[in-house]
Parts: sequence; C-alpha cells; structure tokens
Amino acid sequence: MQITLQKAFIKINKEQCKGCTLCIETCPVDVLKISDKFNSRGYHYAEYTGDGCTGCGVCFYACPEPGAITVYKRGAIVDEEILKSFN
Amino acid sequence: MTTILKKPSTFYEVFTRKPDADKINTHYCPGCGHGKLHKLIAEAIEDLGIQDRVIIINPVGCSVFLYYYFDTGHIQVAHGRAPAVATGIKRVHPHSIVISYQGDGDLAAIGGNEILHAANRGEHITVFFVNNAIYGMTGGQMAPTTLPGMKTTTTPRGRDIHNEGYPLRMAELIATLDAPVYVERVALTDAKNMAKARKAVRKAIQIQVEGKGFAFVEALSTCPTGWGMNPPDAEKWINEVMTKYFPLGVFKDISDKVEPVKFEKKILTAEDIKKAIGVNGSEVTQVKKYQRNTIAEKYKNPKIKIAGFGGQGILLLGLVLAQAGMLEEYHVSWLPSYGPEMRGGTANCHVNISESEIASPLVSIPTVLIVMNRPSLEKFEGTVKPGGVIFYDNSLIDIEPSRKDVEVVAVPATKIADDLGSTKVANMVMIGAYIGYTGILTKESIFDALDIMVKRKEFNELNRKAVEAGMEFVV
Amino acid sequence: MPKQLMKGNEAVVRGAILAGCRAFFGYPITPASEIAEAASLLMPEVGGVFIQAESEVAAINMLFGAASGGVRAMTASSSPGISLMQEGVSYAAGAELPMVIVDIMRGGPGLGNIAPEQGDYYQVVKGGGHGNYKVIVLAPNSVQEMCDLTYLAFDLAEKYRTPVYVLADGFIGQMVEPVEFPEPKLPQIDKTWCVDGTAETRHNLITSIYLAPEELEQHNLKLKKKYERIKREEVRYEAYKVDDAEVILIGYGIVSRILKSVVDTMREDGYKIGLLRPITLFPFPEEKIRDLAKTAQIFFVVELSTGQMVDDVKLALNGMREVKFYGRCGGMVPSAEEIIEQVKSVFEETEKEIEHQR
Repeated sequence: MQITLQKAFIKINKEQCKGCTLCIETCPVDVLKISDKFNSRGYHYAEYTGDGCTGCGVCFYACPEPGAITVYKRGAIVDEEILKSFN
Repeated sequence: MTTILKKPSTFYEVFTRKPDADKINTHYCPGCGHGKLHKLIAEAIEDLGIQDRVIIINPVGCSVFLYYYFDTGHIQVAHGRAPAVATGIKRVHPHSIVISYQGDGDLAAIGGNEILHAANRGEHITVFFVNNAIYGMTGGQMAPTTLPGMKTTTTPRGRDIHNEGYPLRMAELIATLDAPVYVERVALTDAKNMAKARKAVRKAIQIQVEGKGFAFVEALSTCPTGWGMNPPDAEKWINEVMTKYFPLGVFKDISDKVEPVKFEKKILTAEDIKKAIGVNGSEVTQVKKYQRNTIAEKYKNPKIKIAGFGGQGILLLGLVLAQAGMLEEYHVSWLPSYGPEMRGGTANCHVNISESEIASPLVSIPTVLIVMNRPSLEKFEGTVKPGGVIFYDNSLIDIEPSRKDVEVVAVPATKIADDLGSTKVANMVMIGAYIGYTGILTKESIFDALDIMVKRKEFNELNRKAVEAGMEFVV
Repeated sequence: MPKQLMKGNEAVVRGAILAGCRAFFGYPITPASEIAEAASLLMPEVGGVFIQAESEVAAINMLFGAASGGVRAMTASSSPGISLMQEGVSYAAGAELPMVIVDIMRGGPGLGNIAPEQGDYYQVVKGGGHGNYKVIVLAPNSVQEMCDLTYLAFDLAEKYRTPVYVLADGFIGQMVEPVEFPEPKLPQIDKTWCVDGTAETRHNLITSIYLAPEELEQHNLKLKKKYERIKREEVRYEAYKVDDAEVILIGYGIVSRILKSVVDTMREDGYKIGLLRPITLFPFPEEKIRDLAKTAQIFFVVELSTGQMVDDVKLALNGMREVKFYGRCGGMVPSAEEIIEQVKSVFEETEKEIEHQR
C-alpha cells in the first residue's frame, strides 16, 4: 500500500556506508551518528538516530557513495513496506 | 519537486563491471570527493533526460573506472588525452553529449596541451576537472596543483616553488581564452558549496545540450588518504587553505550571449561524393581519341629529366608532358625533385612516357634532358644516355654541351617567350621545341593538357602561342 | 571510370573518402602535409570532419575518439610524427579500434631530413608502442596503390578491428601518376561495439584496461589469435619473373619499382633474376619466400635503410638460403644501374664458388 509521509526520513544502507562521517558532520539538525557496530566490510557505519530529520537532503549530497543514503522528504509517497523498514 | 533523494538511475544498479566481489560500493576511499561529483553528474544526466546520448571519457587516475558506475557509453583513454578523444567522438557524433572527466595530473600536467586546445577550439564538450592537489592513484605524488610547501611523496620537504614552480590555476587559465562559454571553480565540501557545485554541474551539461559550446567546471576535491586526514578535516582544509590559492567562483560565463549551433548531417549519394571530391573526371576529355604522331624509334619511350631554377615552371613543364602523354594513352609518371636535390633554388623532375608499364619512375639515365639553366646542364649532362637528346635554353646558358654522343638542340626559350610578352612561358616554348623536334606528343594533346593542368585558364592563350613558337623554332 | 593524373598524397585522401572515411585528424609535417591539405579541402565537401590537431599525440587521440564512434577515420604523418603517435596506436590496438594511419616516411633518426627513406619499418611493422600487438601494414608502390590500398585499409581495419598502416615513402607520396578511382562506399556504423550516443550503444565500452592479470592475458591471447588469422588470410605480394629465378630481389615501396627495372634490364642480359615485392609488411609473405627458396639460391634485399625488412627475410628463411643486403639511406636513392652492379657481383661470386667447388 502507498502512503504519503507525514514527516521526513533518512535511510542509510549500512552495507554501502564507508564510515567517512561526512553526513554526520554536515547534518544541520544533528540526527545522524556513527554506529558502534561494524558492517560486513569492517566500517563503523552512519545511522539515523530515528527522529528529527527535516529532509533537507544535505547528507545525500555529502555522501560520496551512490546509494548509501536515501532521503524521503515530507510528502513523499512511498510503499508501506519501506516505512516499516525505517523502524 | 523531488520528494525522494536516492541513487540516480544513471548509475548501474549493480556494478557488474567491477572485477572484485563487491559490486555495490565504489572503489574509492572513504570520504573521497570523486563519489560526490559522480552523484551530481549522475543526477544531472537523469534530470536532463539525456542518458542514452551521454558518452563519458574515462581518464587515467582514480576515476579510470567511471564505466563501472555510469550506465552510459564510455571510452577509456590514455593519460591526459581525454579532451582530444572527446573532440574526436563529439565531432563525428554531434548529437551525443560528451563528458570529459579528468584529474589534476591528467588535465593540468600530461594533458595540458590537449585541454588548452580543446577549450580554445570551443569544442562542444563538458569538462569536469577534479583538483585534489595530489596524485591519488599512484600513491600521493606531487600534482601541478599541489600547494607550495605541501608535502607529497615526491616533494618530501614540501613543494618548493624554486624547484617545482607554482600550482597551476586551470580555471583562470581556461577563462582567458575566447571560445569557452562557461568556466567555474567549485568545492565539493560543505552544504553551501555542494549546492553551488550541483548547480554548476547541471549548467555545464545543459550548455552542451543546448549546443552552446565548451564548459569547464573545476572541482576542489578531497583526497583524505593522500593527504593523511580524516574526511571532515580534509573538507575543512579545502575550505580554509586550498580555496585561498584556488578561489571559488565563476570565471567566465557567456552562456546567455552565444548562439546555439545546429548540427546538420549531410547525406550524399555516390554520385554526389564523386563530384564533391573531383573524381570520375567529368571535366577530363577522356572520350577523345588522339591521333599519335609517327615517332622515330630513338624518341620512343622517353625517360625525361627536366631541370632549371625554381620559378621557371620546371615542374609544370613535366606535368603537362605527363598529362598529354596520358591523354594519348601512354603510361606516364612524374616525380618532382625531392630530398637532397632540392637545394639552392633549383628544381627538377623526372617524367616517363612509355608504351609499356613503367617500372621505375626515377630517371637516373635520361634519354631526354631539358635544361633551363647552366648549373642544371653541368650537373646532368653527363648522365644522358648515349644517343639521347639534350634541349637547353641558350638564351640563359652561356656554354654549350660538350657531349658528342648525343643530339643537342639549343632553344632560346626565354628570349622567344620574352618576345611573346612574358618570360614565364619559356617552359611552354621548351615543350613546343621538344614535341616539335621528336614528335613524341601532339600539339592537340598538349593544349588539352594545359586546359586540365593550368588553373587560370586566361593564361592558356599565351601558353598555346608559346608552345607553337617552340615548335616552329625547331622545324 | 577514366583515369586521372594525381599526386600520391592526394590520391590517398580520395581513396579514403571513397572508402567511406569521414574524419581526418592530423598535424602538418613534410612530406605528408599534402594529405592533410587535401583532407581539409575535401572532408567538409562530403560532410566529414577535418581538424588540424595541436600535435600528433592529440591527432591520434582524436582519431581514437572518432574510431570509437564507429566512423571510418584516419590520420597521416611522417616518421617523427609517427613516433609521437605510437602511444595512441598501442591504445587503439588494445581497445581493438579500426583506424587508418598513413606514414609517408622521411629520413631519420631524430630530425633527420625530409628526404625519402624506409627507416620506419621497425617502428611501424614491429609495433613501436608498448605491449603485445601487431598492426596490418600495407606498402603501396604507385599512386594507384596509394588510392587502392588506402581504400582496402579501411575494410581490413574494420574487418579485424585493428589499426592499419599505409606505409609509403616520400617518393610515392610526391609522385604523380594516372589513377582510376574505385566506386564510393557509403558510411555505415556497426553498432554492436561502438559508442555513438544512442540507446543501442549505451552499454558498449571502449577500453584497453584489463586490471586482472588473468583477464589481460586472455585479452592478449585473443589479440594473438586475431593476428594469426591475419597472417593466414591477408598476405599480399607481387612476384615478378620469379619462376626460374636464381636470384630473388626483395624490396617494397619505391624500391620495388627500381628493382623491377633491374629485373627487366638484367633479364635482357640473360640473368635469371626475379622480384618479390611484399605488399603487406605485416603479415609478411614468409611462406612465399620459403617457397621461392626451393628454386632460388640467393635472396637480395634492397631498402632505403641500413637494413630493417631484411631481418624478416632472414627470419622467413631461417638460414635456408643466403641473404644479401644493399641499402641507401638519409634520402639517397640507389639507381637501377647501381643496384645492377651490386647484383652482378653476387652472380659472379656464386659462379666463382661453383667453379671452386668443381
């Protein structure tokens, strides 16, 4: 089922993150942090704290990896399944 | 308004061309600026709807593997030559969108010549120049953009301006040229700079899509590994240090003033092509049959050497003989003086007119020597085959040939020509004397040959008179 | 078509355009400049591209770009310019790009001079650039062949996807002879491999990089296989009066024309002599040479060099027969008479030897 997002989300694909921290550094609302866990390639990956993302997209452009970050702005129409995966 | 920012569709979903097991992530080090620029380019291509038309030139450097990531056409090229290759492909396929992506060693050092001239020709290409002040791929050696004092593996004491000179400011350099349409330097760093970079990347591609010309974006980019910094510090270093030497901004933008170029393809038929390049000889009166003269055996199949000063029309003399010979359906060849013989303003040529196929076009032992100045007579007299003929211009040559075993024909060619109104036609007088004396070619074929060989037809009336005067002289 | 009188260098451009070539990139150099000049005049007339590049290095890379687009394209230069192009030729061989390169050889080494020489045999036939590659090399000896072999070069380049050289000397380039032109071919693009900025070719990749050693070895072996096929299928030569010949003269380009005169003259005097003229220098007519060795005793190679092609004759014969060499260089060209003298002394030596053996 398609739903319209009422608030912005950021999704970080941990396997595509190299832990460079540029997204964390640049986030204006400070909602990203480095995980204390490793991904399968040995990087501490960035993760969303889970609340407060404004959907500004700054982290998307700060990230050098093509698909590590996806930003869903408020009003984005997404599949319900995707929303579930955020939580 | 885009509500989802995700991996642009210009990127391959899976990087199958990547040889290692990881087909999802780039080969770049963490925090590398290349990835940030890739994303901006990929996004612009997607938004402009030009993916099928894009051809990316893959350079040598860390970005050599652009073809792993971008789902577009690719040409991988030699170090520094991307702008030349881009020129070649864009010129033959003007509808394509050609993106040349180069690093600082590639563009500013080894390919300095290629980028300057591609820019100067105003090639309709988009160039992205990644300046990270270091040679990343080869392990951190000095780049032409390495800052003074900066330590690299080949400037272990820091770049010394007395030994290595100053960093090259490519954007400023390119902006001085007339042809480039748009030149900007951006920094792939914080949010503000990324927004500007994103705009610049789009604009640079848009200019090409609109047919406006050459666009150049220099991007200051991090090399955290090469610089030995963590990625956030590396970006700070660009903002705080590198931009001092490489200021950001637009250095040239005439995009709203230039007229777009429309590329039109010329479609030609086989007949059009032949006509366009002057083959098929529609202007050559080939169908005409010439009645050859009866020729004494000793004058048949002549091997002719013609020599004189440059400016006497020596080469044309030979060409007219060869052309007339061809019209009379002989085998012919003409070879100009060339190489060591071409000294001191002398000219000579070798002509063969033969009933059978010509083996060597070189005439080392001529059966006919036509000379129009004294040095040529002295030089070649001895080479004439016994029983051969020497024609010499005795209005200019004040000695006589000494050979007794050859026929000698003195022709005051320059004097006769002068009397006709121009010393320039002395060569034609010589032609007349030669064909009149030996009968080797007819006046008719010579006249037709003149019409073919002489571009300014108004000269041919006098040329014909001179040929006739030469013929009359030897009768 | 009726014949037209034309300079070799000008016939090259017409032969190229008739073969469907629509792009020329070059840098002026004596004695090849007339090719660029003719191309600058004629290419735009047929909707083609002409660019005077900033250097030979740029020219060969522009050619690399145009060739990547599947368009028939060419360059022309002379010896020192060819040296500069070698980087691009290696890349093109590696990327398997069809292209035609005309080399009007001049005197070397270094700046040398602008006189005719055949000193580029090594750098052209033996590679010149880095890596395991070969190029097809065609050696015209007349203005007609300057046209015809250029025309053929484009077909071979495309058939095998490889750079093809037309290797001529200054004499052949400057010479004027009658030419009969072939019928025009209309340009066509093979979209299976090229990139031309369309959806069909979007997934194509032109590259010479194979990072994994296993892959690069496979790539090299694939190229080798291609060269083996070229060796089997594309050997071209002219054999003149060789049937009963005791001495076989071997020469290419302008030299072969002089040698033909030598054969004709010496045959009149009763010498059993013939001429083998390689038209393809790679592939080299080695089998034909071995075949001739069944009857001929001596092979006499003449070049405008201090001896380059002679190596290939020796390799072909592998010690089976004696190989003599006579070369002039620096722009000096031997006359037929000069060569006859040399060849006669060989005949005399042989006779003395035979008598001695008796």
